[in-house]
Amino acid sequence: MSAVLSVSNLTKTFPSGDKFITVLSNISFELMAGDTCAIVGPSGSGKTTLLGLSAGLDDPSAGTIVLCGHHLGDLSEDDRASVRNQHVGFVFQTFRLIPTLTALENVMVPGELRGKKNVRQIALDLLDRVGLADRSHHYPAQLSGGEQQRVGLARAFVNRPSILFADEPTGNLDAETGDAVIELLFDLNRTAGTTLVLVTHDMELAPRAGRLLRLKGGQIVSDSALEDPVRSLQPLSTEVD
Amino acid sequence: MAPWYLKFAWRDSRGSRRRMLLYLSSMILGVAALVSINSFGNNLRNAIDREAETLLGADLSFESSRPFPEEIEFVIDSLGGLQSRRISFSSMAYFERTDDVRLSTVRAQEPGFPYYGAIETDPPSAASTFLTGNNALVDATLMSQFAAEVGDSIRIGTLTYQIAGKLIQTPRETAAIMLFSPRIYIPLEHLDRTLLEAGSRADYEVYFRFPEGRDADAIVENLRPRLREAQVRTDTVEEEKEGWDRSLTNLYRFLSLVGFMSLLLGSLGVASSVHVYVRQRIGTVAVLRCFGSRTWPTFSVYLIQAVGMGVIGAVLGSLLGFAIQASLPLVLGDFLPVSVDFALSWSAVWLGSGIGLGVTVLFALLPLLVVKDVSPLVALRADLEADVRGQKSPLWWLVVVTIGLSVTLFAIMQSPSPKIGIGYSMSLVIVFGALVLVAKTLIRILKNHPPTKLSYVSRQGIANLHRPHNQTLIMTLALGVGTFLIATMLLSQHSLLQQMSLVAEGDRPNLVFFDIQSGQVDGVEEELRKRQLPVLDRVPIVSMRISSINGTTISAMRADTTRNLTWAHRREYRSSYREGLTDSEVLISGVMDPRVDPDTLEFIPVSIENDIAEMLDVSIGDRISFDVQGFEMDTRITSIRTVDWQRMQTNFYFVFPLGVLEDAPQFNVVLSRTDTALESAAAQTAIVRRFPNVSAIDISLVMNVFDEIFSRIAFIVRFMALFTIITGLIVLSGAVLISRFQRIEESVLLKTIGASKSQVLRIMLVEYIALGILAATSGIILALGGGWALSRFVFEIDFVIPTLQLIGLVFFEVFMTLTIGLLNSRGVYAKKPLEVLRAEV
Ligand SMILES: Nc1ncnc2c1ncn2[C@@H]1O[C@H](COP(=O)(O)OP(=O)(O)OP(=O)(O)O)[C@@H](O)[C@H]1O
Ligand SMILES: [Mg+2]
Repeated sequence: MSAVLSVSNLTKTFPSGDKFITVLSNISFELMAGDTCAIVGPSGSGKTTLLGLSAGLDDPSAGTIVLCGHHLGDLSEDDRASVRNQHVGFVFQTFRLIPTLTALENVMVPGELRGKKNVRQIALDLLDRVGLADRSHHYPAQLSGGEQQRVGLARAFVNRPSILFADEPTGNLDAETGDAVIELLFDLNRTAGTTLVLVTHDMELAPRAGRLLRLKGGQIVSDSALEDPVRSLQPLSTEVD
Repeated sequence: MAPWYLKFAWRDSRGSRRRMLLYLSSMILGVAALVSINSFGNNLRNAIDREAETLLGADLSFESSRPFPEEIEFVIDSLGGLQSRRISFSSMAYFERTDDVRLSTVRAQEPGFPYYGAIETDPPSAASTFLTGNNALVDATLMSQFAAEVGDSIRIGTLTYQIAGKLIQTPRETAAIMLFSPRIYIPLEHLDRTLLEAGSRADYEVYFRFPEGRDADAIVENLRPRLREAQVRTDTVEEEKEGWDRSLTNLYRFLSLVGFMSLLLGSLGVASSVHVYVRQRIGTVAVLRCFGSRTWPTFSVYLIQAVGMGVIGAVLGSLLGFAIQASLPLVLGDFLPVSVDFALSWSAVWLGSGIGLGVTVLFALLPLLVVKDVSPLVALRADLEADVRGQKSPLWWLVVVTIGLSVTLFAIMQSPSPKIGIGYSMSLVIVFGALVLVAKTLIRILKNHPPTKLSYVSRQGIANLHRPHNQTLIMTLALGVGTFLIATMLLSQHSLLQQMSLVAEGDRPNLVFFDIQSGQVDGVEEELRKRQLPVLDRVPIVSMRISSINGTTISAMRADTTRNLTWAHRREYRSSYREGLTDSEVLISGVMDPRVDPDTLEFIPVSIENDIAEMLDVSIGDRISFDVQGFEMDTRITSIRTVDWQRMQTNFYFVFPLGVLEDAPQFNVVLSRTDTALESAAAQTAIVRRFPNVSAIDISLVMNVFDEIFSRIAFIVRFMALFTIITGLIVLSGAVLISRFQRIEESVLLKTIGASKSQVLRIMLVEYIALGILAATSGIILALGGGWALSRFVFEIDFVIPTLQLIGLVFFEVFMTLTIGLLNSRGVYAKKPLEVLRAEV
């Protein structure tokens, strides 16, 4: 079976004044279909940057990324967009629902971008799955944070993506609501067989992922696939709040 | 299936549609201006075409400043058709009942004219009945000035006429012309011919009406050499029409350019609204990009919205344009020779809405291009703004250049000449650029040197002017342009009037008697002395034309196409003779002979004014022959003078020494000075009663007329300036509304940390007052520069600042800004902290 996401020797630097700061250095890992992977690490360690690069939202300074068989380095920005539309779903920390669209329309957006047929029905089904069938015509401003993120989940799955990127999906929710959202996320993920990349601060949540990458200072300091998962978690729990 | 971005564009505009309409209204106003002015212009041209014949009142006219010579009388005879003569001249009209006098243009005419159209009078029948006896038609304005009534007597020359009716509209004349010199129509049969004696000026006219099918233009073409030889001017319907067409086209094109300026301002308003709008959409764009929308389709979403806005603006603008068009004749009526009907002009609609749409979309593109560069990465980051600094991409510059080119192109299209068009767009750039510069400087001063001594509330209000995403600059620009226009107008009007009253101050002459025959000069002076009025100067005037220069006749020059024959060659010169310079003249070369004996000289020495010497391309030693009313006189230029024409004095291009012209047909001017209008009127009345052919002009009257004319022009300019100010205020409303959410948040924040409702309100008050002052000051600073340059270089007069009016203008603008600002912020300061958390953006 081939890798859904394959990252090798990834380095990202940003210009800062007349110098460059290295945000990610020499990152390599590979995820297979259906894998779930949590990325943890202190603030500023480069988690979001890694996520963005993996999804082809930005260009790496060095290294290669192969996403669903596409060498992202060879593609233009627009071609990467097409790859995302075909294969990628997103869940954002700040929900990022489009304020001018209803819940249903928000869920439909990725499908409409693709020009998919009966996207409306799929979207309605997904809204039903996340328990918001009766709220489909409400605007984001009329929904609570948790409800908004559930709409966000439905949107992420509407194109049946091969891989889903979620950057702290519960970061803006209280613990209880967050838990519910996470349950849904794993549930949807399991049924759809999607590969999941999850950035989180939540140390109870992290172990639920099949794999755990620990970032620090732009480097992978531990990868559960290469170590004993239990030991590797010990020092981490004291480090993260 | 429709592409997704069409559907998305529509959905995404939800919640902004009504606000978009508001942003648009400034542009709607601009389109309305263009549509109304152009539509009106087209109607005007149609009206002129349709009523072309009434413009002249005949098929053909001959005109000469002396009685037609015999050979021309022969031509006139041979032309046949219907003919009607008219003699026009300036003369004093004496109102017997009220004992008033006023210099007027008298037209003595025969029955027949006008053959087309009519002289409009009140009562209407007077237009024909006045010809039957010693009757007159008198300009309605003049009659109301002197409280004269139909049936009153007026004296012109030695004859008395009964006023048969008021003149309302006459062929070949507009109401504005009447202001310069009121008209009086009398029958030619009953004209006091002594008024036409040698020396005084009169126009001799004959009007023809030909049977259908005779081509007046062809007749003129045939006769042209002979008529020109005899210095007879001609006019045909076609020529008259062209003349009006040209000047009216220029008029409405000028208005159209002003309308265009308000469209540009409106577009700037649209651009700044779109700028804020796009900022609010960056999150949406980033999400779309994350989920895989491509660059151009994403951009299309917003382009479609902009085009949609443009289309709506064009349609509504056209509709409003029609409404405004209906009001234009009220504003311009006095300057028009025909009445203009209201009719829709589709070409004007296409022009106005096309340009409106184009300009809106182009201006909207500037902020829209950002959409193209929004990185999907933004969706992952909390701070949306960080990544989208409006880079000036090549595409952005392309749009800027396109805007510049289209504006210039339009200006060239609308201007009489490409030069003026380019000049217009250059001045736009300069005015806009200067305003931006002034406004930016003021904003920077406020920012870098905050008024620390003020209260917290005031400081906060002023700080609002330069907070992030402020619309201060755009509003200053929009309001500033209007202020600039109004203030410049105010400044030049004030400076000119000031100059004119200065002229009449001190012991300078302010009462002028002219057309005095040589034998009457002593009598006029005697009358003045009897009233203890000074005789400040007496000047003889002799009319002459140039017949040849250095041996080449004017007609030979005319035949020679390589020579540049100017107005200076053809005009009639009124020259004088005296011993030397007056105090308004400076000799720049040669010497002036005080007195000569013509019998001993081959050439008579003459002094020439510097500018006219340049136009005639002559200098010291050149020979000029004059035709002095039939007598040939050979002269040689022996001196060149400069003349200060600003001085209220009798100034001349040519001055002869004593001993030459004393016996030529001439008339005299006597200058005096009175301190009260009453004295002046009494002196005029006495002298005109004794010497009916003598005319008088009171400088204060000239100033009144001037003021009146200027006020009417100023009215048009203000009408247009108002447009730009309204545009500015709409931009202001848009700006306030668009930042409403931010403001609500702030006001709630302030309240949460303990500010009272009244404090929040006062912060806003300070902000709008400061904004009004900022905009008004920027406009006025610029106007001071412009007004100074105008008076210095164009009018060549001292620059005077009407401080009070300017302060009034500032107050007006501050008041308007405050009103509009507060109206649109209704409720912002009253919001309760909790409401904001759920408020819709
Ligand atoms: N566009 C950029 N320019 C310069 N520096 C950047 C840019 N984007 C990110 N960085 C820097 O890269 C580092 C990693 O940022 P990143 O957002 O990936 O961290 P993170 O692990 O997601 O942190 P958090 O847990 O707070 O979200 C930070 O120090 C950040 O300041
Ligand atoms: Mg992050």
